[in-house]
Amino acid sequence: MKSSRMKSAALPLLLAGLLLAGGAHANDAAHIRASHAWIRVLPGALPAGAYVTLENDGNQPVALRGASSSVYAEVMLHRSSREGGVSRMAMVDALNVPAHGKAELAPAGYHLMLMRPHAPVKPGDTVTLTLQFGDGSTLATDFVARPANAMDAGDDHATPAMDHDAMPHGH
Amino acid sequence: MKPRRWLRPALLLLLLATGVLLGACHRGEPLPLRLTNISGHMPDLDFKLTDDSGKAVTGADYRGKVVLLYFGYTHCPDVCPLTLAQLHVVMQRLGPLADGARILFVSVDPARDTPAIMHGYVNAFDKRAVGLVGDARSVEALSKRYRSAFTREPSAADGSYEVSHSSAIYVFDRGGRARLLATPSASQDDLVHDLHLLLDTGATS
Repeated sequence: MKSSRMKSAALPLLLAGLLLAGGAHANDAAHIRASHAWIRVLPGALPAGAYVTLENDGNQPVALRGASSSVYAEVMLHRSSREGGVSRMAMVDALNVPAHGKAELAPAGYHLMLMRPHAPVKPGDTVTLTLQFGDGSTLATDFVARPANAMDAGDDHATPAMDHDAMPHGH
Repeated sequence: MKPRRWLRPALLLLLLATGVLLGACHRGEPLPLRLTNISGHMPDLDFKLTDDSGKAVTGADYRGKVVLLYFGYTHCPDVCPLTLAQLHVVMQRLGPLADGARILFVSVDPARDTPAIMHGYVNAFDKRAVGLVGDARSVEALSKRYRSAFTREPSAADGSYEVSHSSAIYVFDRGGRARLLATPSASQDDLVHDLHLLLDTGATS
């Protein structure tokens, strides 16, 4: 009882504090930096894998829970694994980004599975995915679409987010 | 001084022996392969499937080519594309020699993978890749032949499902004989090295 009352009293204060600190972007993940964000584009409407490196410069661990996008009908956090020579893929609830550490979504491991694009995504396009974290914060991140046979984010992977010039218009 | 006198002829002999070894594949001498050598331990390449242009094909249609056989499915956004992308890099590194090789990507998801879908998929990776589909029984027969396993995981609420599948790549020489087993984590250098041997020295029939 006591703790829940405290929580309900503390929440508006917390929100107010966040609003003051973050201005319009009240729920931006303040301590997470995303880089090497890319999508492996497959032909047609086949599901695609998205990869990104997340760095947490905060004092608290943050859990990536998933992502949303206006371009894909569904985004799921997945993990591929290999055991006894067998590959399988499973949905996971969260990927922990340790305090002052990093977590990588990379081929053959954790990835975001992007399903049912509303419009074709072509190599060279930029797609914004909004990463969602366990503390309710989000981070809009630009992913560069790469050809099916790409091995990584390519040369310009260091390009910071928020460049929406090439974003496909799937609404 | 004494050992030097026999050192030079010995080295020469060694060089000669290496040369003979490298050129001796057609006489049944073992090639100095780096990856897991399965020569004599797995059956020759044999199947009856449909290629990505819709044509009925058998293992015999690929005699004369070094074949890289891999099982997967197109609704596999992570590991299958990674493996095919890695094989594309290996083919690039082989240069013109790669024309003597084919990547055969066999779908273990016959319910969703049609020749047309497979055609778009494999060609997004490498022009020397061929997508193969077949009914459940033919695909199972091929996968059993190479002790490769796959299972369909339980369906999700929306009817989508995942397939777990063997991650191995089986390599056959130009005569259709099973020669190598590579895992996706195998070094590309080793794969390029071994394919060079099979492509350089393998008999063409």
